[in-house]
Amino acid sequence: MELGPEKLKDMYRRMVVIRKFEEHIYDIYTRGLMPGLAHLYIGEEAVAVGACAALRDDDFIASTHRGHGHLIAKGGRIDRMMAEVMGKVDGYCRGKGGSMHIADMSLGILGANGIVGGGLGIITGAALSARMRKTDQVALGFFGDGALNQGIFLETVNMAAIWKLPVIYLCENNQYGEYTAASKVTAGHDLCARAAAFDVPARQVDGLDILAVYEATQWAVDRARSGEGPSFLLCQTYRYRGHHVGDQNTYRTKEEIEQWMARDCIRRLASRLTAGGSASEADLRAVDEAVEAEVVAAVDFGLHSPMPDPREVVEHVFA
Amino acid sequence: MPRKLTFAQAVREAMAEEMRRDPAVFLMGEDVGGAGGVFKVTVGLLEEFGPERVRDTPIAEAGFMGLAVGAALTGMRPIVEIMFGDFITLAMDQIVNQACKLRYMSGGQARVPLTIRTTLGAGRSSAAQHSQSLHAWFAHIPGIKVAIPSTPADAKGLLKSAIRDDNVCIVFEDKMMYRLEGDVPDGDLPIPFGQADVKRPGEDVTLIATSSMVHVALKAAELLQKENISAEVIDPRTLVPLDREALVQSVRKTGRALIIDEGHQKYGVTAELAAVIQEEAFDDLDAPVARLGAADVPVPFSTALEFETIPNEARIIAAVKATWGPDGKKR
Repeated sequence: MELGPEKLKDMYRRMVVIRKFEEHIYDIYTRGLMPGLAHLYIGEEAVAVGACAALRDDDFIASTHRGHGHLIAKGGRIDRMMAEVMGKVDGYCRGKGGSMHIADMSLGILGANGIVGGGLGIITGAALSARMRKTDQVALGFFGDGALNQGIFLETVNMAAIWKLPVIYLCENNQYGEYTAASKVTAGHDLCARAAAFDVPARQVDGLDILAVYEATQWAVDRARSGEGPSFLLCQTYRYRGHHVGDQNTYRTKEEIEQWMARDCIRRLASRLTAGGSASEADLRAVDEAVEAEVVAAVDFGLHSPMPDPREVVEHVFA
Repeated sequence: MPRKLTFAQAVREAMAEEMRRDPAVFLMGEDVGGAGGVFKVTVGLLEEFGPERVRDTPIAEAGFMGLAVGAALTGMRPIVEIMFGDFITLAMDQIVNQACKLRYMSGGQARVPLTIRTTLGAGRSSAAQHSQSLHAWFAHIPGIKVAIPSTPADAKGLLKSAIRDDNVCIVFEDKMMYRLEGDVPDGDLPIPFGQADVKRPGEDVTLIATSSMVHVALKAAELLQKENISAEVIDPRTLVPLDREALVQSVRKTGRALIIDEGHQKYGVTAELAAVIQEEAFDDLDAPVARLGAADVPVPFSTALEFETIPNEARIIAAVKATWGPDGKKR
């Protein structure tokens, strides 16, 4: 499917929402307004938005500990996300999950996940369920380069392949698993070969190019929806910030970070929009400003939401 | 009209009836289809329901448990068979970190109607990796219900309840009981979780026993009767939720309690139940609560060693008598 200018501008806007959301997360975290851990998605926005643009509302995603971008891209409400990361009662999980466990079952968001590779079983099972319920829904699992070395990756891709399940395995290779370079702990120069070993078609994608991500995902979604089975996408990307807010980044150089930042995914789409005449610099600035106001309002929503009643601690263990 | 069924037949009947009743129910696991299960529990299900709903999996416990969690989250009601209870260690992340916590972590949004069936119990010369009784691990974790039936009728009724429950449930079947016969009532009769069952009424001592240990306790009770000790045998049937009231009432009546369970004794089911009794019936106790679990060693292979690790009638009788003290007098 060819992307029209309106769709492209919406994709631009969503990437900016993610960027600004994460910048505000950094701000509230460092001001002590958010407890726990904050894993920022800044730099990787094109992957989440490009992939989710190829999905339908009733399709499923599973996310990771670095999940804010995926949730926003799939349609998650940023005010309820902000409330959740602050542990407030209006949060998606009434303050019981926090940043690493936000879910919106009504949007097919089967949850961020605190375990590396934790979403792989869930998303493959959602694909099995779609098949057994005879729907044409598809399931897309985001996971990082770290999860490629978890056994569950092999186990689930194997089952998806033998049963031709409508699932897309989307690996975001942001080059680091926590503080360790993926290249140091990952064997094989061609990571797509891991999927190919199961006869699962795979594509390597420039994860900074949102159109390339969209196109590859659309290819995989088409395959899944038409019963051709699973696909694997390896998106090369980069996180600008540390593993979490507070990470001192001692394991990589400033030069390396700057090299990646020079290819920024948001600026790249902005240039394309302005060069193609779909939007002017002023149009995009207006989008940026509107998004900033929206995110500030979301922070405000979170700050003004009450803490949960302590009596809620025993609720929601069982249905 | 009750019929005589084996434990395995009762489990199979529960699954077949639930699969007929609800198209969302399906079974997956290693060799559950064509082979009918390593313990022949699932024989005939593939023929009736087909390979989509009676799904043979690769030997990948974490993987297929993970798939079941995702399927349960999105509208299906999977039953997962883990062939030997020992193999469940491979799927612990999927059960403990994912299935058991998704509802709570999502603030009540998620629903995980997943039933896990697996085995426990030594006595088959299968050694340390095919004989463990790991039910206490699951009872320790919030977010999962735990059933541990002792009879064919209970196995059928509890499994039906588990499959209909909107939560994660695990049912432990003692692999030594699959051929045990018992009366099973006709009809659609799920047994609610959280209801203990008095398997033999008595006056002088309460034997709280689980799974196959119920039968060992019943034999011991018969032998004790010959010595004029009247033992009540009570089976909690589910560890989570636990029918505390039934256990406590029995102990209030008898004043003595011995707890028998095939899990390892330390930090196990016997410890928890002993704590419940002393918390709620301390003033009614005539003797300290006694307990018998499996020996705190890995299950050995040789028959000369293996049976040393499991509670038996003689140990039960000795433990009961010990509650009267060495001189046989009331303490």
